[in-house]
Amino acid sequence: MQRKRTLAQQDMLVGFALILPSFLIILGISLQPILTTLYLSLFEVPRGINLQQTFVGLGNYISLLSEPIFWATIGRTLYFTVISVGIELVLGLAIAQLIHAHPPGWQFLRTSLIIPWAVPTIVNGTMWRWIYNADYGALNGLLLQLGLIDKYIPWLTRPDIAMNLVILADIWHSVPFIALILQAALATLPADLEEAASVDGATALQYFWLIRLPLLRPAILVALIIRTVEAFRAFDIIYVITNGGPANGTVTISFLTYLEMFSFGHAGRGSALSFLISIFTLALAFIYIRMLYRPEEKL
Amino acid sequence: MKTIRSMLFALIAIVLIASVVGCQPKQASGPVTIRVLTMEQAGPTVDEMNAIVAEFNEANPDIKVEIEYVAYDALHDKITTAMASNPPAYDVFLADDIWYAEFAKSGYVLDGTDRVSKETHDKIFPAAWDITTVNSKVYGMPWLLDEKYFFYNEDLLQQAGFEAPPATWEELLAQSKVLKEKGIVEYPMVWSWGQYEAAICDWVILLYGNGGSLVDDKGAPAFNNEIGVKTLNWMIQTIDDGYTNPASISYVEEDVRNVFSQGKAAYAVNWTYMYDLVNFNKDESQVTGKIKMALMPAFEGSGVESSSINGSMGFSVAATSPSADAAWKYVEFLTSESIQNKYSAHLLPMWQTSFEGENLTKLEGYTPANAVTVPMFNMQFPFAHVRPKVPYYPEASKALQLALQEALTKQKTPEQALNDAAAKWVDLAK
Repeated sequence: MQRKRTLAQQDMLVGFALILPSFLIILGISLQPILTTLYLSLFEVPRGINLQQTFVGLGNYISLLSEPIFWATIGRTLYFTVISVGIELVLGLAIAQLIHAHPPGWQFLRTSLIIPWAVPTIVNGTMWRWIYNADYGALNGLLLQLGLIDKYIPWLTRPDIAMNLVILADIWHSVPFIALILQAALATLPADLEEAASVDGATALQYFWLIRLPLLRPAILVALIIRTVEAFRAFDIIYVITNGGPANGTVTISFLTYLEMFSFGHAGRGSALSFLISIFTLALAFIYIRMLYRPEEKL
Repeated sequence: MKTIRSMLFALIAIVLIASVVGCQPKQASGPVTIRVLTMEQAGPTVDEMNAIVAEFNEANPDIKVEIEYVAYDALHDKITTAMASNPPAYDVFLADDIWYAEFAKSGYVLDGTDRVSKETHDKIFPAAWDITTVNSKVYGMPWLLDEKYFFYNEDLLQQAGFEAPPATWEELLAQSKVLKEKGIVEYPMVWSWGQYEAAICDWVILLYGNGGSLVDDKGAPAFNNEIGVKTLNWMIQTIDDGYTNPASISYVEEDVRNVFSQGKAAYAVNWTYMYDLVNFNKDESQVTGKIKMALMPAFEGSGVESSSINGSMGFSVAATSPSADAAWKYVEFLTSESIQNKYSAHLLPMWQTSFEGENLTKLEGYTPANAVTVPMFNMQFPFAHVRPKVPYYPEASKALQLALQEALTKQKTPEQALNDAAAKWVDLAK
């Protein structure tokens, strides 16, 4: 006689069966490439068909970590990440609060916010490349008509300015994302807290700082992690606007990886760089969680 | 409940089986599909390339060509990525002169030596065969025999009182001074000195025009000497003096064309395709009818009459393509003499026979631009220089691009920047 499974066991079996297809897909499209990348990063891989790979152990990692260009690139990537995500958070929070206050036309505002976010990064990059063009760009045209400059400025030819302009383009694209997440979180906050606070005589600033911000922390955490990881891996916007120039002034870690992997054909070094990016982003996510996550809160 | 569960299991089973079946290669039925990768830049327009595909598809019902376009600067990386899969994502691709050494070494390009008849071989310029030939094996058909030319806006020059274009770079600066002082144009020159391959092309023109060269007889870097430094200093000085548009440091060829088409520059250096678009295309240009071409200037006292950059390209068949014969057939069609003559407005034929006798008169008459570009080609091409054909070219080029950028943005002295790039070249050659 067949042994009867308990109801819980049966449910578990069905559960496993149901997640099996998605598990296989995740295994195929996510885990397998990660493992292949890890494997490749331990070899020197010549570009070509049927060529011999040489095992170099941690050689790729060691040589990368000892090159000044790697650390210069990490520095630029951190600058890009900190400035863009920092400004995006402040602006996003401000816009979210504005929408939450339901001024006239707030629904229109919320809908139009989606437009910059919905534009593909490549299109966004191309648009900003035109805006920044020294000879026929809108930025020079605008500043000249406002009387702020007396002749056209070649914006993308100075390494210090170019990076900040790429950041500006990234901010324009990504602020809506943070604003929408925080606005959604604000909408779920209980209204009676605000009433109670005002009955107790709290000022608007106190209410924002002591009540609203702590309640928003889980949503801020989610937005920050997603945006930081994205910004750290920024590639397409740089590829389109500056191609890494001027004088490598906008070469970030993802751009360097692209050059090594695809342009120069060093699949081993490229894989090692990809892995280093993963480690850095994981570390960043970990720091955020330690800083912002409280176990009693639900994300 | 039980029915629902068994239905779920059945569903999962179907999904799994379907996904496995989906992986089976499909049997080819109907025409063979040939996928082609080419560029939309400096050469025939997309409309022209599509028209050639349509002609071929009509004449060959058993083959169906599908064509895709990318920017030049994305082409190399797209090819190498596509070649990583088997079968490759493209059967035919356009490859630059400077990539053939790498592609031949990697085994990416089909050896077509035996597919080229002696007759075909003899009718095409030897310089064109050099593009696709590595170690005496032919890895594709030459397609685009191009070089950079010197363009000037005759109207602006006449306003400044000049009847003839400059023959030397020194003369050009003297003319620029007048153009600037009279307020005719703010920046007389515009270049493609951005951190791209385009910068190397412009640098080669100036370097060789000053009596220098990229590499010596043994292939070792030779640009980090007095001539190299002098040339790079000249570039920096023209920006400082306001003769070169300072945005040139971020520009590629299309930016040059846009600025020149707006009449915002008196001189420009660009590939053949620009002449037709700037001088005849009213949708694209505000200076139609005012543009002339002249022999590329050189530096005084260098002993050089003129110099240019050879920017030729070829069409190749992927070595791992399952339909190599059909793919080669398309390449032959695309590079045939009749097709090249017909579509010669933005790209001149690499067939020597097109430039001989009666054919030359015909070629000059195919499009309005040809009357100027064909004689220009004959004049300028003997002065065109090739870049080193080495498997590590993309990395070497990036190092030199960086050096030029570092000097132009004044982060390093020209000496330092060029020495660093040369050291990298030596390192790569090991």
